[in-house]
Amino acid sequence: MDLSFTLAEGEFREEARTWLAENVPAEPLASMDTPGGFEEHRAWEHILFDAGWAVVSWPERFGGREASLVEWLIFEEEYWASGAPGRVSSNGVSLLAPTIFDFGTPEQQDRFLRPMARGDEVWAQGWSEPDAGSDLAGIKTKAPRDGEYFVIDGQKTWCSRGAFADWFFCLVRSDPESERHAGLSYLLVPADTEGLEARAIGRLDGEPGFAELFFEGARVHERYLLGGEGEGWAVAMATTGSERGLNLRAPGRFMAAADRLVGLYQELTESRGPDLDQRDQVVSAWMGAQAYRWQTYATEARLRGGAPIGSEASFMKVLWSELDVELHATALRLLGRDGERADSSWMDGYVFALSGPIYAGTNEIQRNIISERVLGLPRR
Amino acid sequence: MDFSFSDDQVMFQEAVRDILVNECPPEVVRAAWENDNGRTDGLWTALAEMGVVGMTAPESAGGLGMNETDLVLLLEEAGRAALPEPLLEHTAVGIPTLAEAGGPVSDAWLERAASGEVTLCAGPAGGYAVGAASCDLILLIGERVRAVPVDGASLVEHRSVDGSRRLFEVEGDAVTLDADPALAFDRSAAAAAAQCVGVAQHLLDATVEYVAQRYQFGKPVGSYQAVKHHLANAALKIEFARPTARHAAWCIATSDPDRSRDVSMAKALASEAVDLASRTALQCHGAIGYTFEYDLHLWMKRGWALSAAWGDAAWHRNRIATALGL
Repeated sequence: MDLSFTLAEGEFREEARTWLAENVPAEPLASMDTPGGFEEHRAWEHILFDAGWAVVSWPERFGGREASLVEWLIFEEEYWASGAPGRVSSNGVSLLAPTIFDFGTPEQQDRFLRPMARGDEVWAQGWSEPDAGSDLAGIKTKAPRDGEYFVIDGQKTWCSRGAFADWFFCLVRSDPESERHAGLSYLLVPADTEGLEARAIGRLDGEPGFAELFFEGARVHERYLLGGEGEGWAVAMATTGSERGLNLRAPGRFMAAADRLVGLYQELTESRGPDLDQRDQVVSAWMGAQAYRWQTYATEARLRGGAPIGSEASFMKVLWSELDVELHATALRLLGRDGERADSSWMDGYVFALSGPIYAGTNEIQRNIISERVLGLPRR
Repeated sequence: MDFSFSDDQVMFQEAVRDILVNECPPEVVRAAWENDNGRTDGLWTALAEMGVVGMTAPESAGGLGMNETDLVLLLEEAGRAALPEPLLEHTAVGIPTLAEAGGPVSDAWLERAASGEVTLCAGPAGGYAVGAASCDLILLIGERVRAVPVDGASLVEHRSVDGSRRLFEVEGDAVTLDADPALAFDRSAAAAAAQCVGVAQHLLDATVEYVAQRYQFGKPVGSYQAVKHHLANAALKIEFARPTARHAAWCIATSDPDRSRDVSMAKALASEAVDLASRTALQCHGAIGYTFEYDLHLWMKRGWALSAAWGDAAWHRNRIATALGL
């Protein structure tokens, strides 16, 4: 055990910090869920990629720098501490790319990974349907084969950035007669496919990036099938995390938010004096971010030792999503009557944080996974 | 950055787990509630023969020269078994503090403590020293670290909710040691945190086992989502307390500048984890867990005691706030 950073890790951190200090936009970008803000974020991804910081842990030939998982975690700490913009490419990079690395053909890897990492092609997830959310195996969108093509009919919904995305990664029923986990396929679908229409849905914050997708005879070539035909469920479930990034939300993001919360309390204390209850809440939230950090480094060591991440990813998902709500709710309590002001970044953050316990598998589903697959409780 | 334990560290943990599973079953813990000194019959000697008791002493004093990162896994095991022996007081706090202090007290006691010939006790000054009457030398940790042989101490005993923990107020002619009291306190709090994690893990494991075989309405109660989510919440608290407790051990072993802050984080989170695990375990057991004859309470009560000992969660959060400049 050595919980200090090596010289090389320290140099990596310094290099990242220096580059970020020189390159992070001085003014926050517009929301990535607006048309203009989306393009601003895409341009930022180009800058990151061209400097080699977009996907640090990926192989060089796909635009990475073959950084270790520890270095990726360090990069995330520095990235969020620098106040850099949110990552418009993250759903592709975090949720789809690990699957392409594990199941994609060499041609698919060459075709998709670099444009994804550079933000040239921004991906959105097309899994949920109006009647299949937590119960993902209940999806009904059909995609029977017609020669070299899959022909998609049905509806997907709650696609983050779906109104602006260039590509969708979809789970569809390639065997129309199948039920539940069988007969599904994992398809990569260009947004400009004929017979596919994306309609924006106003999100809780009013921004239109959220979308539902309507498929009417949309034809997708078989070269865009990821993994085996009919094996979509196994393909989708196999890669909840990987050696190239543990998950969607690294600890650095919450450590930075916790530090800002500490700063907010200090600032308010100067103007109005201390509040010991609020101070205690600030400490609890700060501890949550630190605990996530150490748990993540412990997980990294286990993965390096050959263990799979498996169902333990559910611990992380519940922790970060509820921590994010706690951090922002605490800030709003500190702000009191000023918390409701629409120009408060804490309110924006709070509204976004509220989606965390819902997306990427609700926390109720995650708790089921923890109790059944980690603790071994009976399913029924 | 490498948060892995060595094969040797893991093997030592497994060896201690094995001996505790065999030699420290609930009957042995129960017996410690009833006997004169709150301890086991012979287990401390067996642990001394394995090298556990003196492991933190320098090799020159007959120990194994190991540090907190070697010890932390064993403290978790001690918690898991509800071991009624002074692994915290003697091995985690007493020996390293004497070794740090040097001088005549250390010369007189350290080697014999490393071999297990004498037992050290450590308690907060003005608080309770656990098991003081059955030890040989008592360390009192306050503004200074002071040492008083049990022969020269006057002891006032109090009962603990955990019958194996014999609490003593200590008075007597104490000698001040040349040891950092803040470090001695942090050693104590970090060791208590590791034990809390172990106690919490046992409470969770025992409850998972129980709810899988207890049937109501024709199904295991562990198949009901209300029960599952209680247990998932307890598991979450433990999952995030454990690495912070291990990190705190590393901070002590390496004199990390943020040691006190991060020990406090470990103790706060471990106290919260064991508190929740206790509540959850009792609730998910139902009435059987509320009985004295069922073993669950041995761990619950150890958990309550350790949660409050060496600073409870709120006390440690306050210390973190100060460290953060709040």
